Amino acid sequence: MDFTFNEDQLALRDSVSRFLMKEAAPELLREIWKTGGGRSPELRAKIAAQGMTGLSVPEAYGGLGMGDVDWSLITEEIGYYSIPDSLADTACVATGVLCAVPGAEALRQRWLPKIADGSARVSVEHPVNPWVADAHMADLVLAFRAGEGGAVELHAVPGADLQRSAMASIDASRRLSTLPQPLGAATRLLGGAEAQAVAAETLDRAAIAVAGQLVGLAQRMLDLSVDYAAQRKQFGKPIGAFQAVKHHLADVVTKIEFARPVLYRAALALQRGEHHRAALVSHAKLACGDAAWTAARKGIQVHGASGYTWEVDLQMFMKRAWVLDAAWGDRAFHKARLAEALLRDDAPLGPAATLY
Amino acid sequence: MDLDFTPQQQAFRAEVRAWLRDNVPKKPLASYDTREGFEQHRAWESNLAEGGYSSVIWPKELGGRGSDLIEWLIFEEEYHAADAPMRINQNGILLLGSTLMEFGTAEQKARFLPRMARCDDMWAQGWSEPNAGSDMANIVSRAIRDGDAYVVNGQKTWSTRAVFANWLFGLFRSDPQSARHHGLSYLLVPLDAKGITIRPIKALNGKQAFAEVFFDDVRVSAENRIGEEGQGWNVAMATAGFERGLLLRSPARFQRTAQRLVQLYRRHQATADRDPSIRDGVLKAWMDAEAYNLVSYHTVGRLLKGGRVGAEASTNKIFWSELDLQMHETAIRILGARAELIDDPEVHDWLEGFLFAQAGPIYAGTNEIQRNIIAERVLGLPKS
Repeated sequence: MDFTFNEDQLALRDSVSRFLMKEAAPELLREIWKTGGGRSPELRAKIAAQGMTGLSVPEAYGGLGMGDVDWSLITEEIGYYSIPDSLADTACVATGVLCAVPGAEALRQRWLPKIADGSARVSVEHPVNPWVADAHMADLVLAFRAGEGGAVELHAVPGADLQRSAMASIDASRRLSTLPQPLGAATRLLGGAEAQAVAAETLDRAAIAVAGQLVGLAQRMLDLSVDYAAQRKQFGKPIGAFQAVKHHLADVVTKIEFARPVLYRAALALQRGEHHRAALVSHAKLACGDAAWTAARKGIQVHGASGYTWEVDLQMFMKRAWVLDAAWGDRAFHKARLAEALLRDDAPLGPAATLY
Repeated sequence: MDLDFTPQQQAFRAEVRAWLRDNVPKKPLASYDTREGFEQHRAWESNLAEGGYSSVIWPKELGGRGSDLIEWLIFEEEYHAADAPMRINQNGILLLGSTLMEFGTAEQKARFLPRMARCDDMWAQGWSEPNAGSDMANIVSRAIRDGDAYVVNGQKTWSTRAVFANWLFGLFRSDPQSARHHGLSYLLVPLDAKGITIRPIKALNGKQAFAEVFFDDVRVSAENRIGEEGQGWNVAMATAGFERGLLLRSPARFQRTAQRLVQLYRRHQATADRDPSIRDGVLKAWMDAEAYNLVSYHTVGRLLKGGRVGAEASTNKIFWSELDLQMHETAIRILGARAELIDDPEVHDWLEGFLFAQAGPIYAGTNEIQRNIIAERVLGLPKS
């Protein structure tokens, strides 16, 4: 029993953090907002050169073959720096889909090396999301759709073949689309129970990736707010010396402290295919979303009027936190899933119940 | 990251489970805040000690088992799953016991720890005073050196279970010229000494859960001082964070309560669902108890790798005390109008727990003090 990360995992996290600190400064992200697609090929190339696009691609296809637990640490960094790109969706979630589809060897041969070297963007459509993130520049869309009789099917469609209708998000880094055209037998990859299983696993993997970003965002908003509270003076002293301000920020620390291990536990449950996976993943999504929303609320309060401005960077992270909270299952969805798991006779209740 | 228990850990769990199955009293004990109930609990503590389970992390020669913290978590899981009696001497075992381990002389350890493990001695805490609560450095009770003894005068208060205790550990001002956290000494005081008066204080539940202790020229041998004279504050604080942060409330206790809450909700779901926020409260209770468990395993893992618990331990105190309140509030809301009927068997434990949960955010350092600690020592914000 050792519920901690090893030194290699932490070292990778630290190197990703150092890289993004240098390459994804808020000023750069604001520049990228103004470009047409909202995506920077230069930043993308640097991320790929760093090896981040190939983290979960199996080694046989040119990646590093890392698991969900390793990824949980990386998604925190992606959230912390809020890079405007579909890194988690492509490198983690879409890779997971391609690896999980039985018999899709040709597809894997074709796409996984490109994901690993950063030359392909893949986005994922799923019934839990009313629209698709990053479909506008996707080379491939993996779409889980209700087929005949309502059962979910998985389609693989080259992005260029799809009509995409863009929708604006309050988060200027997000790029959303709806994909209105019907999909048929020509693009169908998987159906029946197999498609359902892959759809379920994909939902859990994506929800964890979002949860990781949310707790990373919470940490970023906390750090920004602490900096502000230490510098801004009123009544002749830093506002961070006042208990009312201190207690706001201490509450955020507590939320983050008690969300992170929940994230890691959920990632492990997914990696090991555990029986109680759904409850643990939904818990992670809810806990990390709560931490991020608390950090946003307390953060803007501590920033005072300047937190309400476009110019101060807090807004970038607040908006990302607000919107990701409902991505890959909103709170109602995850609470319903958790309730279903807890109100059953074999629910994981009592001491040590979730450790077996 | 590896969540599998080793064969030794599994064997330990099986052994604890079997022992508890054979030994936990079949009938619940009377309240430990009554004389009858206290003696029942003391007998149980003595039985636990005989099994070697009084404090599993203590060394064997002092009445423990030499367990590591993973085994401690396992022990707690089995203990709470078995609904074993509440522990009465935890203030002694956790606060004084840990301090003696670190600062006590060999003679002091041998003299006090085995008796504490068996609950031959029941320990009361003597830290708070009428004007030293959150501001604990404001202690004015004095212990003035006179030959080989200290002469103690003053008053301590909020001393849990002092009505039934025979020893008290506390901080006293040994240098009358000193101020704040300087010049304090950590003394062990026998409560049958001449000059001591104990005045019970009734708690919210009407029972004598704590007491005021008055000292009138009480002579305390200098052999009963832990650490150096004048260093009492540092001695007391060295272990306080770790105990408060990790050992004082094990996650299993809250996981068991969350389990009972889910069961209560399922029994009363039809009426409870008239208020949809009740289901939310039930889910939150489970989630937060699980989160506390995961944080504990994470922290223990770090400690076993040589890490330390710092000021972030204060987040634990806030989290479990608010969790305990939230769980009991939800239960009281499920019970509705029946929740005031203290003799109703389904109500009784929830109501007692609800009353006790009100104290959680206050004792062991108020949650406001914990938030200050987090802000100043974790976040580095300036002192108020």
